[in-house]
This record gives sequence, structure tokens and C-alpha cells, in this order.
Amino acid sequence: MGTQGPGVGLMPNMAGANATPYMNNQYGSNQSNQLQNQMGKLSVQQTATQAVNLLDGRNMLPPQKDDINSSLTPDMQKKNARANILCCTLSNVPENDSLLKKCKLPFGILVHPFKDLSNLAVIQSSTIVRCRSCRTYINPFVTFTESRRWRCNMCYRINEVPEEFCYDPTTKSYGEPTRRPEIKSATYEFIAPSEYMLRAPQPAAYVFAFDVSFNAIETGYLKMACELIKDNLDKMPGDSRALIGFLTFNKSVNFYNLRNDQSQPHMLIVSDIDDIFLPAPEDLLVNLKENKEMIIQFLDSLPETFASTRDIHSATGAAMQAALKLMTATGGRITIFQTTLPSVGPGALENRDEPGVKSNPKDTAKLNPATDFYKKLALDCAADQVSVDIFQLSSQYADCSSLMCAAKYSGGCFSYFPNFHISRNRAMVEKFENDLVRYITRKIGFEAVMRVRCTKGLSIHTFHGNFFVRSTDLLSLPNVNPDSAFGMQISIEDNLTDVGLACFQSALLYTSSRGERRIRVHNLALPVTKKMNDVYAGANASAIALMLSKMAVDRTLTASLGDAREALLNAVVDCLGVYKSVVSGRSGEMIAPNSLKYLPLYILSLLKQTSFRLGSTANLDTKCYEMQQLKVMPFDVALLTIYPALYSLHDMTDEGAITTKSGSVPQPPRLILSGEKLSRVGIFLMDAGQEFYIWVGKDAAHADIQCLFGVANYESIPEDMGALPILDNSLSSRVRALIDYLQSERTNHANLYILRDNSKMRMKFITKLMNDRTESMMSYHEFLIHIQGQIN
Amino acid sequence: MAAFEVSTFILAVLISVALIFFAVWNIIAFDDLKTDYKNPVDLCNSLNPLVLPEYGVHIFMCLFFLVGLYWTALIWNIPLIAYHVHRYTNRPVMSRPGLYDPTEVMNGNEMSRCQKEGWVKLAYYLISFFFYLYRMMSAILA
Repeated sequence: MGTQGPGVGLMPNMAGANATPYMNNQYGSNQSNQLQNQMGKLSVQQTATQAVNLLDGRNMLPPQKDDINSSLTPDMQKKNARANILCCTLSNVPENDSLLKKCKLPFGILVHPFKDLSNLAVIQSSTIVRCRSCRTYINPFVTFTESRRWRCNMCYRINEVPEEFCYDPTTKSYGEPTRRPEIKSATYEFIAPSEYMLRAPQPAAYVFAFDVSFNAIETGYLKMACELIKDNLDKMPGDSRALIGFLTFNKSVNFYNLRNDQSQPHMLIVSDIDDIFLPAPEDLLVNLKENKEMIIQFLDSLPETFASTRDIHSATGAAMQAALKLMTATGGRITIFQTTLPSVGPGALENRDEPGVKSNPKDTAKLNPATDFYKKLALDCAADQVSVDIFQLSSQYADCSSLMCAAKYSGGCFSYFPNFHISRNRAMVEKFENDLVRYITRKIGFEAVMRVRCTKGLSIHTFHGNFFVRSTDLLSLPNVNPDSAFGMQISIEDNLTDVGLACFQSALLYTSSRGERRIRVHNLALPVTKKMNDVYAGANASAIALMLSKMAVDRTLTASLGDAREALLNAVVDCLGVYKSVVSGRSGEMIAPNSLKYLPLYILSLLKQTSFRLGSTANLDTKCYEMQQLKVMPFDVALLTIYPALYSLHDMTDEGAITTKSGSVPQPPRLILSGEKLSRVGIFLMDAGQEFYIWVGKDAAHADIQCLFGVANYESIPEDMGALPILDNSLSSRVRALIDYLQSERTNHANLYILRDNSKMRMKFITKLMNDRTESMMSYHEFLIHIQGQIN
Repeated sequence: MAAFEVSTFILAVLISVALIFFAVWNIIAFDDLKTDYKNPVDLCNSLNPLVLPEYGVHIFMCLFFLVGLYWTALIWNIPLIAYHVHRYTNRPVMSRPGLYDPTEVMNGNEMSRCQKEGWVKLAYYLISFFFYLYRMMSAILA
């Protein structure tokens, strides 16, 4: 075999398959075969089967934006849920476990079920059609057989098509069931009837708990948070039933009665934190709309109330318990603002950080929680449909790994703003402000569960993300937010030989903030193959890198950092080694399938991440947070965090510019992350997912500097310039359009930092040049040679 | 001395019956978990209180072997004691006695490990049972 795998033999069929419209609206038993044939033929792309030599300079291009999509043929992309919602590491599913094991590639799916979507098919009908045996929702990949029946694509049971299903409400006529949105699109949402409710849908309920210790007041966050909440009260999702409550805590827990029938908010102090109770159970969680004036009055007065506090303690555990007690009956969301280590009462933690002592890579105890208090609390919360979200603003060690468990197992989110200070750290303030506003106003789903169904023979092996796994395929998500994603490793338990299509369906049942019970369904169907070459051709390098990063986090926590790094390296060595032995024939070259050509680059970048770097100077909390982020970040942001995008700004052209609502946005090509791409005369933008950097070369043209920053020369670019000034010239407007566009593609706020040669932040930028050599890590070229050495 | 031997092995037979029950209970519980009859929190609440009693009863039995200097029986049991000690020292961070963490048991690796552990222990206890039965009979006949 030469450069091309045997899969190329299927190519002549592809044009024909493409020409056949997918949805031939006919009943008929042959449809299933047609569908499977089409998918089978479509499975192999020509370019994907080609082997490429990674050491060849021409192949050293950076990954592109839509890489996560690329492993599917355009036709399959159209039929399946979008790759940034639901994607699989292997787009051609191996037919049995031994083939999967031989390929040495991780098999799993990534799901971002509650992502904000602009056009979603919402279906309201009295009956939701599901398979009677496995309860799969009807979807585009079922097959209709004669006499009004359909065959489930997961368990192959034959089900009846109910009469209503053929009725089209838009034309008010009976017709083909294939016209239904459930059959037409892979992503849709049902408004569920009452069978889907265990109880009446809960109202939106929020409890905010503020840390008001001395340290908290010192950072100045309280005033800011109160103001942001006040300004966004109306934008908080919820109907007329929405409930809200507030707590504050230092060495005691303070409750607030916010009923409108009093002249001012009434504070109730509970100092018995070891056995917390509600001083006035009825009045602490109040209706948001009816008591708005009192709430505003409260938020205005709160910062002053504690302005002169000297209390340094923080009874976080007790505050969480109290907040849970408030919401036991309804369920809802607890938001904790924390600025210090929880020091008193239940869940008190000790300082485990030893600054100056170099962390032992074998020592994983400190990355794991010190107590199971927060985990148990999270499980109690999950049982009552309450989730805990934490905003951690500490400037000192705050044992994130322990505290995080409260969010991790209750479907919450954990945000970290290290060194937050209202006046001393403007960048963090900007990030906190944007992230908090997004947090308050974003969509939310209450009392949610998510089930992921797979074709018979596949089963979910391990779960990654923030939730509690309640049974083999059911995740309990007391709250679901649009900004977190999940990963699942899949194992092949039975042979898939006769299956044709391997299908995945994620169904998220939740209560919307308006009190509707809804089910959001995403579908993915992939061809099954028995050829190793096809498996390689269909591998999705981006998804594999993300899956491996999640697995490596687990490995770091359970075994050691060294083990995790070795596993990452072995993952790429093994799969490329096997591929080479299959394709073989060429020696002295570093061969990879075209589909996996970026995998070594991603792996190298992962090894250079704060989470997995050896001898990293980052503190424990940052490490824990970054590792946690790898588990929950949406795919696009995660990929940018792993391998940032670098653009050259000074020579940006309008070539390939796209037009959005706000005008034309230039699309400069991505550059390799290497120092050699940076020139002293250039200005570069790096998009690292969580932040943007603009790097200004020492000898950059004065005209460009003036256009972009509004200052005369290089020396006068201010160190802490936050955003770019709005200047009326083409360079400035194009760069701002590009940054705005990149920012609009994600939901987390990315700060912009402008760097000169002597900036303090410079090192952050330099360590993100993934292709370059660092003190302890190889350059990309060296890494490839190293892999090659390992393979031989 | 013979009387002690007889009573020791009668006790051992009874204890190994109890241990077999523990193992079977464990296997059934994990099977229920896998087939969705039980949720992980219930599973852990039902299994965790039984872990230390099982270990305790087993060690209690071994103490009798030690006192009576029944070397074969003792040596046969030492690996299991060692395993128990190792298993318990490497348990997840928990404030209550027990081994199983409801957030971990649903993970494929952990679940298959627990299931395998159950079956291996069942086999171990069954072999022990017949061995003690044989020793008991031979002691009685002697």
C-alpha cells in the first residue's frame, strides 16, 4: 500500500451518493438500506485517507477554526447535530472492540447540550413519539417501514407511528411523517406534556450568598456585585413566580427578610453555624417581582452595612447549608461569592499550600479535596434540585480543589478570579464584571436530567463534566447552564457488524425559567467500518485532543502528573505507530493520517499547559481551576486554550472577509505559534480562548501604532491599556471588528492585554508559543523527532 | 487442644458462610446498580456500613488461626488481609467508614473493578469454606 489507503476505492461512488437527496420522502423498507449505503459510502474522504509526512515543512500549518467539523463529509455535517454541540472522536466507528483497541484511539463523544442556539426547532405536541422499549426519541435516523411503523435506530424495535405524527399543523393536513421537524433536523426541542413532570415545574429560584469577611470587603467586590445584580434584576431569567433570596456570611450567617411590608430590609443573624437553621423560614426567599423595591434597597445598603467589619472568618459551609435549606422545597440556584479560605463551622478547610516548596509531581493529594463535606453537600443539593455556583475571588490559597466539589457534583460552575481587587487589578475587575453579567442574564434550565442513548452494543464508560451520574446513562443536572460541556468515553460491548450506523442521542429534560418542561434532543449518526484505515481517516484530531485532555486530568488526580504526561505522549506514539505499521513502506518519515496531522501538535500543547507542565510555578488553586476548566469548557474555547490562534495585524488584508450584522470582519490566516513568525516590525493578535494578547514589535511602524493605540510611539503604549481605543481609521476599525467578532463567538469574556517587549505579562504570551522550545519542553520539531524515535 | 481446633474450624465455617453472604450481597448490589435498579447514593449507603464489619469478622477468624498456630489456614488468609488493608488505606476521602464513593462508582473502571472484586472474593470465600469444612471434619474425626 502506498500513500493512499484502500478506502479511496470507494471514491467513485461518492458523487452519486452526494447527488441523491437524503430525505426521499417515501415510505419503503429500502430506505433503511439506502440510508446506510449512503452513509457507508460517504464515510471516507479522499484527503483524510492520505498519509502525510509531518516533518515535511509544508504540513506544518496551524489547525484551522472549523477543524472539529472536518472529519465529517459535508453531507453528514448537514444531517447530524453540529460538531460544536455533539461530536465523536471517531467519525467512522470501528465495528468491534478489538479493532478499536488495535487503533489505539480514544472513543468517546463530546456534548454541549444547552448551548445557546439561534435557530432551534421547537415542537409542541400532545404526544412525543418515542421507542417503546428503549425510550429513544424519534429522530432523523430511524427508518420508516410499511404500514405506519418505524424502526428504532438504537434498539431496532418496530414501533407504531401515531396518527397525530402525520398531521402537519402548518398545512393542517395529514401527510408523510418525514415532514416533521423531528425527522428533518438532528437538533430539536419538545415542549413536554405533564407526563414529563414529577411535580409542577419549579419557579426560577436564586439565592446569592456573599462573603462579608474583612478580606472580602477589602477586595471591594461586594459593592460591584450588588450593583451588577441590581442593574440586571430585570434580565434575570424567570416569570412572575421567580424567587430570590440573599445571605451573607462571615463567622455567622446572616439572613435577610425582604418582604415589601416593612420599611427596610430586616437582617437576621444566626451565629450557631454548627447547626444552622432558618430564623424565619417563610420570609427569606421572596418573590422577585413583588418585592423589587425592597431588594433594590437591600442591594444598595448591603456594602455599607459591612464596610467596617473586622471579622476575618468565613463560614462558607454553613452558608451553603443554609442556602440549601432555603431552597429544599423549590430547587434552584445558589451563588456563592467567596474571597478567602472557609475557616469556621462545617466544611472549614486548612491551608495546604506550601509556597516556595516545589510541588512533587507524584504528590496528588493536594490536587484532590481535603474533605468530603462539599461533595456530600453537593449530593444533598442534587437530590433537592439545587446547584451551587461559586465565584472564587481569593488572592491567597483558598483550597479550590475542596470547595470546587460543591459545584462539580451539583451541576454548577466554578469561576476563579485570582487576585481580584477593585482598584489594584483592573483586568480581573473587567473579567468579573463581564462574566457576572453573563452569568446573571444567561439562560438557565432547572431540575434537569440528561440521558445519552447509544446504539445497542455501545455503552458509556466514563463521564467528564459537572454533574452527578445517577445511573449508567443518566446525568442529574440540578441546573443546566449554556456554558458548560460534557464528555463521555464510550466502550464497544457487542459487535456492531450488522448495524450500519452507530447513533448517539442526548436528551436533556429541563424546566425553563418560564416554567415550561422542555426536552432538547441532539442526534449524531456515524457509519460503522471494519477497516482500520477508515477508522484513521475518520478520526477527529480536535475531539481526540479534548477527550485526551479530560482523561489526562483524571489521571493526574488519581495517579500522578508524571503518569498523565506519559499517557498523553503514549496516546500519540501508539496511534501513529500503529498507523505507520499499517500503512508502512516508508521509513525515515514521520507519517500520520491526514486526519490526525494536528494530533502531535495538540498533545505537545497539552503537555505545555499549566495543568500538565512539569515544574510549573503556578499555585495549586490555579492548577486545579485549569484542570477543571478542561473538563467543562465549550469545545471551541477549549481548543483555543490548548492551541491559541495567532494573527498578524499589521499586514491584514480584506481577503476572505466575512460580513456580519455589524459590518465586514477581516479573516486573517492563522499563523503557527512560533517566535519566528513574530517580527520586530509587526503587530500580532493572539486569541487564547480566555484572553486576547496584542503583541507589538519593537520596531513596529509608528503609523500603525498611532492608528491602533492612539499614542505617538512604541514607548508610550500604556502598560495596562484594557481595550483598544475607538479610532476612526481603517486599521483600528478592522482590528476592533476582528476582536469583537472573535469575542462574539464565545460566551466567556476574554480580556485584551497589550504587550510590549518589557511588559510583565510578556511571559504569559511567550509560554503560549506552543511550537517553540521552552526550558523544560521540546519544540514541535523536536517533539516529532522524539515521537519518531519512540515509534521505531 | 483438639477441642479448640474443632471449635475454631466450626467458627471458621460459620464465618465464611457469613463472608460468602457479604460477597453475594456486594455482587447483587453492583448488578442492581448496573441495571438501574439502584442509584449510586443508595448503593453506597447500603454497602459502606458493611465494609468494616466484613474486614473485622475476617480478621477475628484469623486471630483464632494465629492462636491455634494453624499455619496453612493463616497463610491462606494473609494475602486477603493485606489486600483489605491496602484497599482501605487507598479509599477516597470520606468522613464516614466505607469504601464506595457515590460519585465514583458509576465510572466504568471503578464499577468493573468492584464487580470483579466481588466475584474474586466470592470464589476465595467458597474455597475457604470447603477448606475449613475439611479441617473441621478431620479435627472431629481425629
